[in-house]
Amino acid sequence: MTLDPTDRAIITATQSGLPLVSRPYAQIATDLGLDEGDLCNRMRAMQANGVIRRIAVAPNHYALGMTANGMSVWDVDDNRVAELGQRVGNLEFVSHCYERPRALPDWPYNLFAMIHGTSCDQVEALRADVAAILGDACRGNDILYSTRILKKTGLRLRRQKG
Amino acid sequence: MTLDDTDRLILNTLQEGFPITPNPFEDVALQLGITEAQLLSRLKAMKEARVITRFGPFFDAAAMGGAFCLCAMSVPERAFDDIVATVNAYPEVAHNYQRTHDLNMWFVLATETEAEIAEVAHEIESETGIKVLLFPKLQEFFIGFRVAA
Repeated sequence: MTLDPTDRAIITATQSGLPLVSRPYAQIATDLGLDEGDLCNRMRAMQANGVIRRIAVAPNHYALGMTANGMSVWDVDDNRVAELGQRVGNLEFVSHCYERPRALPDWPYNLFAMIHGTSCDQVEALRADVAAILGDACRGNDILYSTRILKKTGLRLRRQKG
Repeated sequence: MTLDDTDRLILNTLQEGFPITPNPFEDVALQLGITEAQLLSRLKAMKEARVITRFGPFFDAAAMGGAFCLCAMSVPERAFDDIVATVNAYPEVAHNYQRTHDLNMWFVLATETEAEIAEVAHEIESETGIKVLLFPKLQEFFIGFRVAA
């Protein structure tokens, strides 16, 4: 999908969040010089085509006690990775789930799923749940825990060239 | 901050989604059995206390423009801090984590175009003398992640 300058302005205006006021869309529309109905239609269109994944609250999972997480990685049969990846992604303790290329011989894994829990023991138990879903379609797996954040900058909308 | 049952209900409900309607908070408040003013003041309090990281639309990063790629390197422990400094100096390196594996450095490259991903990875390889493995996403799966509040 191509985003026009108005869509991009809407993304820029809302990427840090919606205002906590009675009529948030009307306020954003006013700020951008748009009609509220037009803004809402554009946001619905972006939601329908996947540019907006969803409009929701992201709780701070650390504040809610989910302090352990691990990047679980799996070597899954290529013919079944689409179906099984979807099932793993649907699990409520998985926050990211991607199929990625293997890097043989160093790296045999093609399915990446970030698992969150309240402790490392719980993360290991949840990892076993994922293993049970993958069954014999999985030839091997590992889990990588982060030991240090080396850099963290937000992903922001980049200016379009030209 | 201590969360009560109403706060938890708000968090659990608003993780599922938020309507695009003229008075969305009123609509949600009605569904929760509280007033719009109560919903707004609780959301503000939870945001200020950083119980809520973010409230609003979540965008598909690629749809917003630019290219992204997860990368990994196997960095010798004794050179680790020097290599971190070298890699982090690239503005294209968005996040970087040390992880428990022979491939012990994992970062995301964010660039304007797909072609720049390979270019930057190659520059990092040349500067560090360490192979950069690229793990671009082939397929992204729908996420059911929810935090039970």
